[in-house]
Amino acid sequence: MVVPVNYYLGLSLALFTLGAIGVLIRRNILIILMCIEMMLNAVNLAFIGFADAFKAVDGQIFVFFVMTVAAAEVAVGLALVIAIYRNRATVYVDDLNILKW
Amino acid sequence: MSLTIPTFSLASIGPWLTLSVAAIAILVWDALSKERPAAVPAVSLAALVIAAVQSLTLLGKKGTDFAGMVYVDGFTALAYLILILGAALTIFLSWRYLEEYGKNLSEYYALLLFATTGMMIMVAGAHLIMIFLGLEVMSIAVYVLAGFLREDLKSNEAAMKYLVLGAFSSAILLFGMALIYGAAGGTLYLNELAKKLAVTKAVTQPLILLGLGLIVVGFGFKVAAVPFHMWTPDVYEGAPTSVTAYMAVAVKAAAVATFLRVLYVSFPGFAADWTWLLWGLAVATMTLGNVVAIAQTNIKRMLAYSSIAHAGYLLVGLVAANQLAAVGILYYLLAYTLMNIGAFAAILLVSRQQDRYLNIYDYCGLGRQHPGLAAAMSVFMFALAGMPPTAGFVGKLYIFAAAVQAGYIWLVILAVMNSLVSVYYYLRITVLMYMRPAEADLGPVSFTPAVTATLAATALAVVLVGIFPGWFYDLAAASVKIFSL
Amino acid sequence: MLLSYLPILIYMVIAAGLVGLIVLLSELLGKKKHFPSKDMPYECGMDPIGDARSRYHVRFYVIAMFFIVFDVEAIFLYPWGVVFKQLGWFGFVEMAIFIFVLVVGLVYVWGKGALEWE
Repeated sequence: MVVPVNYYLGLSLALFTLGAIGVLIRRNILIILMCIEMMLNAVNLAFIGFADAFKAVDGQIFVFFVMTVAAAEVAVGLALVIAIYRNRATVYVDDLNILKW
Repeated sequence: MSLTIPTFSLASIGPWLTLSVAAIAILVWDALSKERPAAVPAVSLAALVIAAVQSLTLLGKKGTDFAGMVYVDGFTALAYLILILGAALTIFLSWRYLEEYGKNLSEYYALLLFATTGMMIMVAGAHLIMIFLGLEVMSIAVYVLAGFLREDLKSNEAAMKYLVLGAFSSAILLFGMALIYGAAGGTLYLNELAKKLAVTKAVTQPLILLGLGLIVVGFGFKVAAVPFHMWTPDVYEGAPTSVTAYMAVAVKAAAVATFLRVLYVSFPGFAADWTWLLWGLAVATMTLGNVVAIAQTNIKRMLAYSSIAHAGYLLVGLVAANQLAAVGILYYLLAYTLMNIGAFAAILLVSRQQDRYLNIYDYCGLGRQHPGLAAAMSVFMFALAGMPPTAGFVGKLYIFAAAVQAGYIWLVILAVMNSLVSVYYYLRITVLMYMRPAEADLGPVSFTPAVTATLAATALAVVLVGIFPGWFYDLAAASVKIFSL
Repeated sequence: MLLSYLPILIYMVIAAGLVGLIVLLSELLGKKKHFPSKDMPYECGMDPIGDARSRYHVRFYVIAMFFIVFDVEAIFLYPWGVVFKQLGWFGFVEMAIFIFVLVVGLVYVWGKGALEWE
């Protein structure tokens, strides 16, 4: 059974939108980072779906790069969360208010 | 089955190799030596000089290498040189400043070199993976740089905001790339995209437009275009001043150059769709940047809004989409690098120690106390405002002329009106320096050789490049022939 | 097409129904007696010690982050492994350079003392 590319695209759009809404409305930095991961996974799904439909590999290779880069980004993000937590004891973006937001 | 390994020449990516090897060497050297190696800034500068020489050898070339993954041409080489100039000037500003915070660590220089490498990968990328990879190598390094003063709450906060919004915008850009990949029927090469999209256009038009819109939003974040600019003032204010200087010039230059290439190479068939979008972005960006800058009293915040406004002028160039516009953008990036780094050098000197004096009223009476410093700062303010005979004027002239040539009269009228608004807040600094007496004794300015030399050199260069723009114009005009505009 | 998945659906319905039925029956038929040692979390018959939300040392996070970064780079070994034979020595040298860069990262982390536990 072949899953049509539209299904992949629809699911990916839904995931991406959910992630984007999450980034905009959630206040906990860790959850925001998770929402960004979700957006990236939506992108991965879209690439894999298209690569499968076109029988091409370049979309799949792109996914590898997205994954490695996402890992690096999240490592930096968590390091920053730890630094902020040490200095401020908070993980909420509303408390990051020294600079005007 | 056998694979044919494509031929390639390492010289095509010489500058990347030099900078990344230098950065890795610095990291290992630092990790293995007991004391902090003092020669790291010098080594990074040497690496940048070598990379600049390597970029010069690429100037006359044309085409791609590494199986079409990397552009090797004059446009790329000029962008490399501008980025290297920005990085080198930043290093000159950095070490004394970091010393004040006790943070003159080797990692700073390694990250700076990595970020510059990322920018180069991005501007030379002929394939969406390369562009994405370069963008992220640059961004991740700059996130860390923004949070470099680990004990400083402002720096923490700036880095966090930059990371969250940067990662968000990368995700948006990536989704745009994924949609374009799908709409084109499976290619990631920039030049093939244009051909394939022209064929599939009839069927996948909505997907293409959505993807293109997302790509514009993604790049809009990176160049700080309104309404995707919210992070800019906070991050510029909170980040270490030397990093702010670097972000303002190099990150923007890399993003604009890449944006230009993507739009002109991959989406010429959709010019009618993206020009009106960018038209709106350009007007909003210029207007908001200039109007809000008037209300700022922190000089770093003011320059943040000024950098938003300059992003608007650059977008005017992108809208114009002709040869002159591409030349104008390259020239403007050079001019902007020189005048902005110069202004930040002056800010570093005036702020004395550890960013103590960043209010614009701390500039009162500077003209009497330190005439040289005040004169240099005035040159930068005149240049940023776009007054002759500085480089800022010539840059605006090229870009606005290109827009007139392309028939965007209203856009140019709005841009010129914006420039007039900007004169107010730039010249306010000059007025404060010369017309007002000092409000309090802020202590002596310690003129360190590196920062003073940067200040003098950039002030001189801003004027010279403004009076003699011809040589750069010729170089740029030859290099942008690759775009079929 | 989808019809061939019908047995799985039936199986899932039965499984979910059985679980619901058992929970419902024990709720209806069972006795309800509460005493302190019954309300305690079950920990192999031992009395639980302390709060479950104890704080971990930050070193665990650091090690975990190193693990993530180094681990994910292993992704690139898979496509390389698939075409290893065809790539020949060129592919080997390229991957050796890649691994070398990762090792440099490890050397840096080690040299900085981030792996010291004390």
